[in-house]
Amino acid sequence: MPHPIVPQKTYVMVFLGLIGLTILTTGVAFIDLGPLNTVAALAIAFSKMLLVILFFMGVRSSSGLVRVVLIAGFFWLALLIAFTMSDYRTRSWTPTPDSWSTSAPPTHP
Amino acid sequence: MTDAEARAQHAGHAHQFEDMEQQQEADFLGIWLFLVTEIMFFGGLFAAYAIYRWLYFAAFDGGSHILDIKLGAVNTMVLLGSSLTMALSVRSAQVGNRRALVGFLIATMILGGVFLGIKAYEYDQKFVEHVVPSLDWAPEGATLARLAPGGLDHAQIYFFFYFAMTGLHAIHMVIGMGLLLWLVLRARKDEFTAHYFAPVEVVGLYWHFVDIVWIFLFPLLYLIGGRY
Repeated sequence: MPHPIVPQKTYVMVFLGLIGLTILTTGVAFIDLGPLNTVAALAIAFSKMLLVILFFMGVRSSSGLVRVVLIAGFFWLALLIAFTMSDYRTRSWTPTPDSWSTSAPPTHP
Repeated sequence: MTDAEARAQHAGHAHQFEDMEQQQEADFLGIWLFLVTEIMFFGGLFAAYAIYRWLYFAAFDGGSHILDIKLGAVNTMVLLGSSLTMALSVRSAQVGNRRALVGFLIATMILGGVFLGIKAYEYDQKFVEHVVPSLDWAPEGATLARLAPGGLDHAQIYFFFYFAMTGLHAIHMVIGMGLLLWLVLRARKDEFTAHYFAPVEVVGLYWHFVDIVWIFLFPLLYLIGGRY
């Protein structure tokens, strides 16, 4: 499906929005928000990504098939990060059985 | 419809497609599938980054403080500017304005070149400060004082990530510049019309994707650790 012709002004406005968000995220790095600093930085990066995808990449007017492919890609990325982190972050929850330790070979009864 | 108009409408139409609309849909699906593989390609690095950022929190804070936040922010804006000119290139092709198309493509290349130039300067600074893992790892003075609290070995891992992620990104930029040059040469030969400009759109999508990668690299590498 051919993309409709978007007015130049729209692209310039999106660009100005992206510049504004870049200044915002840089500024926020100088303010102490505790753990919220990371949240803010990622939320702003995510908003910038959405602006680029929807306007510059024209997904706003793209076919459903393209959207499904795009969403599937991000879904798989989310799986990759979520499963990897859930492994690493929960390893310390249970003690490692002594029998797994290489330094102490299992004793036979 | 005159003969010339009919030819213009069929320029670039490959015979295996029913019509231009079907061909365009296939072009879009193809590049988006490629970009999804790129999401997973960079995604592996981002997932590894997430693990080590969590494991060696202080070391990553220290490493981030070595980077120049101003250069990072300026480079982000340069790259966003190149995305704007890229979007305007596609628009110029859409309306069949060849002169504007060539102009915006060249502007995109120039901004891409500025980005790579600043990046090269930053890489050089890493050698000056001796914070290049393996090759030139001997931080001293103020640099050492910033990196020491998180552990030097762990700080070295931060710089491995810095070079791997920005390096892979820079390689994508260089490939993008080559593609832009190819587009400029084709556009100058008048190969694109308002009916056929799929290569411009496809390269544009790739360029915007590379921009998005940087949108995430900037906060994750430059802005962590707080500057307050």
